[in-house]
Amino acid sequence: MSEKVGVYICHCGSNIAGVVDVEDVAKFAGEQIENVAVSRDYKFMCSSLGQELIEEDIRKEGLTRVVVAACSPHLHEKTFRRACANAGLNPYLCHMTSIREQVSWVIEDKAVATEKAKAMVAAAVKRVELHEELEPSEVPVNPNTLVVGGGITGIQAAIELADAGYPVYLVEREPSIGGHMAQFDKTFPTLDCAACILTPKMSDVGSHPNIHLLSYSEVEDISGYVGNFHVRIRKKARYVDEEACTGCGICIEKCPKKVVDDVFEAGMGYRKSIYRPFPQAVPNWPVIDTESCTYFERGKCKACEIFCPTEAIDFEQQDSYIDIDVGNVILATGYDLFDARKVPQYGYGRLANVFTSLEFERMCNASGPTEGKIVLRDGITEPKSVAIIHCVGSRDENHNPYCSSICCMSALKFGHLVMEKTDAEVTSFYIDVRTSQKGYEEFYNRLLEEGMHFVRGKAAEITDAARQPGEEGKLIVQAEDTLLGKQRRVPVDMVILMSALEPKADAKDVGLQFGISCSMEGWFTERHPKLDPVATMTDGIFVAGVAQGPKDIPASVAQGAAAAARVQGMITAGTVEIEPIVATIHEEICSGCKICNNLCPFNAIEFLEDKEVSYVNAALCKGCGTCVAACPAQAISGAHFNNDQIFAEIGGILYDAIGGNGAKAPAKSKEPAPA
Amino acid sequence: MVDERFEPKIVAFLCNWCSYRAADLAGTARIKYEPNVRMIRVMCSGRVDPTFVLKAFALGADGVMIAGCHPGECHYLEQNYKAMRRFNMLKHTLKAMGVEEGRIRLQWASAAEGVQLASAINEMVDQVRELGPLNWAQNWHEDGEVEAAIQRIEEEHAEVMEVPA
Repeated sequence: MSEKVGVYICHCGSNIAGVVDVEDVAKFAGEQIENVAVSRDYKFMCSSLGQELIEEDIRKEGLTRVVVAACSPHLHEKTFRRACANAGLNPYLCHMTSIREQVSWVIEDKAVATEKAKAMVAAAVKRVELHEELEPSEVPVNPNTLVVGGGITGIQAAIELADAGYPVYLVEREPSIGGHMAQFDKTFPTLDCAACILTPKMSDVGSHPNIHLLSYSEVEDISGYVGNFHVRIRKKARYVDEEACTGCGICIEKCPKKVVDDVFEAGMGYRKSIYRPFPQAVPNWPVIDTESCTYFERGKCKACEIFCPTEAIDFEQQDSYIDIDVGNVILATGYDLFDARKVPQYGYGRLANVFTSLEFERMCNASGPTEGKIVLRDGITEPKSVAIIHCVGSRDENHNPYCSSICCMSALKFGHLVMEKTDAEVTSFYIDVRTSQKGYEEFYNRLLEEGMHFVRGKAAEITDAARQPGEEGKLIVQAEDTLLGKQRRVPVDMVILMSALEPKADAKDVGLQFGISCSMEGWFTERHPKLDPVATMTDGIFVAGVAQGPKDIPASVAQGAAAAARVQGMITAGTVEIEPIVATIHEEICSGCKICNNLCPFNAIEFLEDKEVSYVNAALCKGCGTCVAACPAQAISGAHFNNDQIFAEIGGILYDAIGGNGAKAPAKSKEPAPA
Repeated sequence: MVDERFEPKIVAFLCNWCSYRAADLAGTARIKYEPNVRMIRVMCSGRVDPTFVLKAFALGADGVMIAGCHPGECHYLEQNYKAMRRFNMLKHTLKAMGVEEGRIRLQWASAAEGVQLASAINEMVDQVRELGPLNWAQNWHEDGEVEAAIQRIEEEHAEVMEVPA
């Protein structure tokens, strides 16, 4: 019984038809490929008229297979599968071949392009003939959600879901949620106090009945699949009993050991060995830092234990593990700040009065180490002049090529704060000032009016070597003013480096753990950069906030909410369809050699001791096909990518080589192929 | 017969998640590359059964490329490592069968590397063009029977095929 194949060649306007002779390809398919019952070309196959064409042919001509030669299947495979399903044909009996991305857009020579398109259509027809009817399976979606990262993005996502009535596990690595935003003083462009808008949300999280907050915890392991993930969380020992602790803070007061706080205060201030990162921390239970604690160092002290009114201190506490089941995961793991030491010509770490943007944020903060006073490193002197250097580690081929997107606005904010709190002159050294969101350009204009100076040029060097009168004891910023076309030396008291946002140091490991990919830089990759910005290639795993790429607070909040909305959609639907592309082991052929058992990274293959054969758990199988390729007995078949289908495709794609010996050019083109 | 430049036929197996998307990207970015490579999508480079490669050569391909996600970036966590191991064995086997190393290539290409994939293709096409036609299919047929061909391979490559005790 032979199949009746319908072949549809899309013009894609002139995208394909401009290079490929579509009529010739359609004619070739209709006349020279076996079992092709209908072969047509059409202006836009993906349009509703194009789809109707296929549906009509299925109904009237009784097509049993469909091939669409158009764009990449990643774009429109679903569209054409749906069209087939509408006409009563199993959607998996349709195959797409990409004659736009792989032919018309990458080949200039028309004849050569047409030949390649023919080979691809031939391959598609040979393959589709062997396609089998498949049915996607449905699995229930667990209504619990895991949110990783308790910065503003994760907080927003957690609150949205919890308010909708669904349980959320919010996992945060640090002792408190709040993330980078908790460190900031003001937020651009409205100059709201960051704490005033963030802390109410933080306490919401802390008290919400639907949010299980797991601070000072990390995801240890995740397994399962969309709708049904099993997660193991490691709760790091705080050495404080959370049940007993009231958060009174007496222990912190009594602790005799003070250390530099490198995390929250960015090295600008001190904290005790038993500490909470900041007064409004959520949860407000303190944590003992075992590396600096005198008791852990020398076995003596226990001041905190002695003074604790509720006997909450527990030096024997161990890390504990919590196992949870969730349906979806939102990754909002944030960013690290670029280490300004990597740009030695800016002198950070060597020249005392060169500050990073985060240090300056802490300095501006009323509850920060200087109580909001803008002073030099000595702690008393107010600067009379301040330089702000943009793009430190971003838009720089030596470090990160991308734009960190927030630094221009932060720099403007800093300029405003300096001028508001001191009499200092502020000069900004920029490559371009980028203020593209709502209200941002207005803020830039405001700063221009307030008298902030702007020098268009990337600072070449910051030095304390005076060369001219007036430079003694100052930091000199050397830059080419590209608007004047002149070298300039600007002596200042203080320099602020606008450091780049970088992916978290362990972003790639986290990506691997959750089975999602990262860009070259290490930002999590979204499913589609424009049309699907928070989903990932792994179903059930969503990304939001700066972990996906540099962005400001409004955009992070929007993504957090968007990810929550996507998860809510999954929960409301109740079930999720799983692609039927899975492996199956044929018991009667399996010899029980177990070669496949250890190949599967998803533990989908188990060995049935009673029958002495291996077995694939379809719910766990992701369909990669590695076991299929490895089975020495060919007892495993991979649905939709089985050996026969791929062999047929190879045969089709080399249709013009069989019998011939491949020595001829694919086309009778006179021009040599473009190099 | 005019003096035509040899245009090799190369079959490429691309993984669905990285390399096929790199090809998509090369298209979207209108990066022109040699038309000699014809692509077949598989879900993972780990799906590439060595027999696919043998089949392609047997049906007249002059070269075969296998492309997958970079090590550590596999959508299926680590299956590209398995592809890598198989590739090394396959290369050895093919060498024993008289197929030059330059005719088979394992290429890592992430979804962001349209340019890299295109230049790898160009490089490989040049290389295979240099090697000339493989004529594998013809060689098998010339000898009439497969037995004889195998006999010949065993004799010619006895040294490589020797299994250390």
